[in-house]
This record gives sequence, structure tokens and C-alpha cells, in this order.
Amino acid sequence: MFESSLSALAARLAAKDVSSRELAQAWLDRIAALNPTINAFITVDPGRTLAEAAAADAMRGAGRAGALTGVPIAHKDIFCTDGWLTTCGSKMLSNFVAPYDAHVIQRFKAAGLPSLGKTNMDEFAMGSSNETSFYGAVKNPWDPTRVPGGSSGGAAASVAARLSPAATGTDTGGSIRQPAAFTGITGLKPTYGLVSRYGMIAFASSLDQAGPMAKSAEDCALLLNVMTGFDPNDSTSLDREKEDYARDLDRPLAGLRIGLPKEFFAEGLDGEVAAAVDTAVNELKKLGAIPVEISLANSRLAIPVYYVLGPAEASSNLSRFDGVRYGHRAPEYTDLNDMYAKTRAQGFGAEVKRRILIGTYVLSHGYYDAYYLQAQKIRRLIADDFSEAFKVCDVILGPTTPGTAFRIGENSDDPVRMYLNDLYTIPANLAGLPGMSLPCGFDSGGLPIGLQLVGNHFCEARMLNVAHQYQRATDWHSRMPTNL
Amino acid sequence: MSLSTDDVKRIASLARIEIDDTQAQATQAQLNTIFGLIAAMQAVNTAGIEPMAHAQEVFQRLREDAVTEADHRDAFQAIAPAVENGLYLVPRVIE
Repeated sequence: MFESSLSALAARLAAKDVSSRELAQAWLDRIAALNPTINAFITVDPGRTLAEAAAADAMRGAGRAGALTGVPIAHKDIFCTDGWLTTCGSKMLSNFVAPYDAHVIQRFKAAGLPSLGKTNMDEFAMGSSNETSFYGAVKNPWDPTRVPGGSSGGAAASVAARLSPAATGTDTGGSIRQPAAFTGITGLKPTYGLVSRYGMIAFASSLDQAGPMAKSAEDCALLLNVMTGFDPNDSTSLDREKEDYARDLDRPLAGLRIGLPKEFFAEGLDGEVAAAVDTAVNELKKLGAIPVEISLANSRLAIPVYYVLGPAEASSNLSRFDGVRYGHRAPEYTDLNDMYAKTRAQGFGAEVKRRILIGTYVLSHGYYDAYYLQAQKIRRLIADDFSEAFKVCDVILGPTTPGTAFRIGENSDDPVRMYLNDLYTIPANLAGLPGMSLPCGFDSGGLPIGLQLVGNHFCEARMLNVAHQYQRATDWHSRMPTNL
Repeated sequence: MSLSTDDVKRIASLARIEIDDTQAQATQAQLNTIFGLIAAMQAVNTAGIEPMAHAQEVFQRLREDAVTEADHRDAFQAIAPAVENGLYLVPRVIE
């Protein structure tokens, strides 16, 4: 059962072969047994989960069941969840019980998907290894001495270890795709604006986007159908006609032009990752796809641009954590300024502080043009490269990450080396494009390798089609860790 | 460009994050490495390029100036560190 696809679980629920309560209980038992080793969840609340499952069963009983009603999923602890502790991986919010639901949560609740709990993450989504969480590092289910990636590392590990059938994540610079690659699962970051950011604790608002993390492209399509939709509470939410992201899954790939950016296969890419991606390209060729070499010449500047824009937006967004209205407040202080300074010094971890300081600096008087404005101009150059590329290809393909999962502690003292992990994922965020990662093999150490697809704006259905056809021809996505 | 320890302390003060000398020194080294990475931007000729602030060309939507929310004050203040009579309490700022 833990191996089942979302549609298989939904079919069993529809056939009254199993109830949502029974499913939820089975996964809660598995979480209780394995989470102490993996640390994928920050909060598990069986009482709430079972009550939500009972409500889903009642929905079905009343004839109001939708496609996934009753299937339990896990939510990244970045989404405000009414009545649930919502920490964002930070001491700052270690006492924050959200008083409302994020739009994503509202949509899953309305569709009748009970929550299995809140997954661990890098503090305020700032990290690529899950080591910056106040709640401790998440362990990679394939090798517990290694990181699961980040920032949606708990979500990725929960799906990989089959502690949840699927999970929500968020991606600002690769936080869905990189952990998906490191844990051998499938994750999708939608076009910016498709999923509402309302109630999703903000990191870099012009880049943040929520998306599904699951065992397959088909499962991601079904989850995306639930997550997307216009929301007046998010000023950047796009008012578009609702689409069915599963509609093209079975389309043949004959004639599909896949763009291979030469910059993504250059120096810095691990040999085993390169080989696995090459093999995947050959597999797609067998299915009728035509590889086309493209160039994303400015993508080498994506990391510098991201480490100006991300921190700039973060320093502004995180100014709300001041110990006044919610969250941590320092126990002792002399005056208001001292209260702010001590609260923030105690509540934020080292990486979050570093990014706030970078952001404060690049936005400060005299440096704004040289950093912030220059970064925004290069952001346009990076986006323009993609526009040119999509004139000659339908989807872009490359590695998700330069290497496979690294050891816990290996990069934690060297921020710049950690940042380089997101070399291939950041460009899509800067351009607002949809991207996904799916498993395409293992390295000699048995660690999963991720294949990245990037589509043009609103081309999620096509991207999912490519991924699904690849997953029909291969079985990398159905492998699971055997050591659990 | 290289930040001094005093620069780091000044930025931390602007960001309202208390920092001591030891932390400022450690942070200085890390920030300088990160700014070394960012420096790659400076060589790029961006004359005539329009800054891109957002992934989509979006415009701020306007709505009718009407009440759309119910009163959630009690729920919101139930999680505040200190409140009294519906007000958030902070240290005295005006003598």
C-alpha cells in the first residue's frame, strides 16, 4: 500500500475497499516507526489527522468526493495551517500556532485530503541541505549519513521513505527540485503565479512558488490540479482558466524538441550525473524526441543574481519578525530597539542572519544601483536567454544538481560551496518558469540522480507529459530505499 | 570590495540583529566570501537593459473599498507575546 500511486489509493477509497481513516492511521503508524530515524516531520498530530480523515470519509459518504478525497498528504511547515504549529523551521516561530490556513491548505482541505503533519525544512526555506532547521537535520532515506537536500528536505524524505503518499513543497531557488533529485522522487515547481502564496511564509516573494512532491509525474499532475487557482489574497496570483494538468500525460513524444543547454553539461558536473542524464536523453530519443543544443549563456550569473535578489527580498520580508505580534520575544531587554535586536538575534539561525545582512547591505544607500538594480538587469538577460531557447525547443532538459546527496556537515561551514548546489535550478526561478526534477538513475554509491525539465510559461502539462512518458519507459521513480 | 567588522556591525544594527565582536568577525569573513561570488555581476554590461523586478508583468489589482474580512482580533492576539485591552504591548517609547 505504501507504494501505491495517488490514483490507486483514490480508486480503493472509491471502491470502499479502505477508508481515509484507515489510510491515515497506516501512514501515522509508519511515521511513528520511522520518523525518529529520518526526522522528516516537525509536527505530527494524530488526533487532528484522524479528524480530517473522518471528515473526508463523511464527504465521500455524502457523495461529494473529488478525485483525491481521502488520500492523506504531508505539508511543508512553511504553510500556515489553522490550529497547527507552523514553525518554518525556525526558533522564531517555535511557538506559532497559525490562526488561519494558507490558500494551498484551504484547497487541499476543500478537496478532502487529510494532513499527516508538517514537514521539516531549512529555516525560512534558506538552505540546500535541511541542516539549517532549528529542529535538526533531516536524514536522507537512501543513506542517513547524507542530507536529503533542501529546503523542502523533510517533504522529500517523507515521500522517499514512504512516510507520506505525497507532500507539498516550495521552491525559491530549487527547494523542490534539488531535494527531489537527492531523494529519488518527482517534484514540480509551477510557473510563478499559478499557486497562491497567501499564508505561505515569505522568503523572496518574486521567486517563491509552491508545488507538489510525489512518487511520479502522474501524481504531481493530480496534486497540481488541486493546488492551482486564482486567489484574490495574493496580488501576484494569476487569474487564468483552470486546466487539467493530467490531460497530456499519454501524448506520444514523437517530434518533441528537447533543448540541452551546453552550460549545464560543462565543468563542475559530476561524471556519473552527466552519464545518467545522457542515458535519459537516449531513452527520450527512443520515444521520438529530438535533442537540440541550446545556450543559456547568462545562466552562469544566476547564483550571483540570486544571492542579491533573494536576500534583498528576504531582509524586507523577515523584518516582520520583531517579537511584537507573534513568535519568539526575548525574555529580557532594556528598550524597544533592544527588544527587536535581542529577539532577532535569538530567534534567527546563522544562515538566516547572513542573508538578512546581505539583503540589508545591498539595499542600503549608495549600494542599491551596483547590486540590486544590476541584479535585476541581469535577471532580464537570464530570462531573455530562455525566451530565445524556447524558439527552437519545447522543453529544456539537464541535470537537476551538479552532484548527488552530500554528507551531513560536509558543506555546512562553507556557504558559497553550499550555494553552488542550486546552479542549475535557480535560472528557472529568476525567469518564473516551471521546472521539475525526476529520478533518472543512481551513482555508484547507490544515491539517486535527478533529471531536470524546464518548460516555457504555463507548459506544465507538456512537461508532465514528457516526465510521464519517461517514467512509463523506465522504473527509476518506483525504486525505494531498502535499508528502512 | 571588502567589508570591515565595523561595516558588519552597522549593517546588523540596521537589520536590528544584536551582534557581538566575535560574531561580527566570523560573519565578516563569510560575507566577504559571498560578496566575492556576487562580484561576478559587476563585469556585465547592462547598459540599456530594463531591470526585471518580477517574473510576470503583473499590475496591482484594485478592488472595491469595502469590508471583506471578519474581525479576527481575538484569534490573532491570542498568540501575541503581550497584549492588553486589545493592544499589543511593547516597551515604553515616549516618556
